[in-house]
Amino acid sequence: MELLNPDQWVDKYSDYLYNYTIVRVNDHIVAQDLISETFLAGLRSKKNFKGEATERTWLISILKRKIIDHYRKINSKKGKAEVHITYRDDDAEGDWLEENAADPFDKNAEDRMENKELGLAILECLDKLSEKQATIFKKKTIEDFDTEALCKEYNITPSNLWVIIHRARKSMVDCLEKNWFN
Amino acid sequence: MKFFLECDKAVHVCDKSQYNEASFFEKLMLKLHILMCKFCRGHAKRNSKLTKTIKSANIKTLRPEEKQQLKTKLRQEIDNGPQS
Repeated sequence: MELLNPDQWVDKYSDYLYNYTIVRVNDHIVAQDLISETFLAGLRSKKNFKGEATERTWLISILKRKIIDHYRKINSKKGKAEVHITYRDDDAEGDWLEENAADPFDKNAEDRMENKELGLAILECLDKLSEKQATIFKKKTIEDFDTEALCKEYNITPSNLWVIIHRARKSMVDCLEKNWFN
Repeated sequence: MKFFLECDKAVHVCDKSQYNEASFFEKLMLKLHILMCKFCRGHAKRNSKLTKTIKSANIKTLRPEEKQQLKTKLRQEIDNGPQS
């Protein structure tokens, strides 16, 4: 019994895996390598996939281990982690902790993380659309394709396109209201 | 007098305006319609919220070439890998 379709993996999951990875490693090339390793590992161990989890969850569990390995590797190269606290100047004695605290107006790491989780929630909702709806909606809304180019690519009229977009937007709103807004 | 939009037309203009593809006149008509129609007002609000949410998520996608590379790699692995 064939549970997995590796050929479709890339189209279906690479953007999701990429968004998951990029916030955790913050490097485009590294993220790409990790994703490709994840797919390959998935391919090699696909007989262990029981079909109990969704494919995406299963791939993410592999990817998590790859990300941890990646940090182990760069950490062992460094020797050991060190923490430096530098006084900016000698007179600033005393209040260093407060002074070195992050700027509250700076977008902090948590915000960024939250944003990334939102990205994943959106991509998860996209999964619930039909494949054609999802691709067209993604191209139009996330990748900013213009109407004419999309109509040509899919050989549809603008009014067909807007019907697809309308239905997709409706499902997306419903899905996000269920899974994100509350 | 074609000054008042029907609901289905209003919904369509609302969709277009999410992608900045509605004309000034269309947007004006939409605004007028929304003032009068509770249903479309609710719809427009949720529709714009979706647009804002997706923008704020700043989703990154891999470029088509990069996806193609991944596919090629996978296909090679399938072709060469040990059959089990």
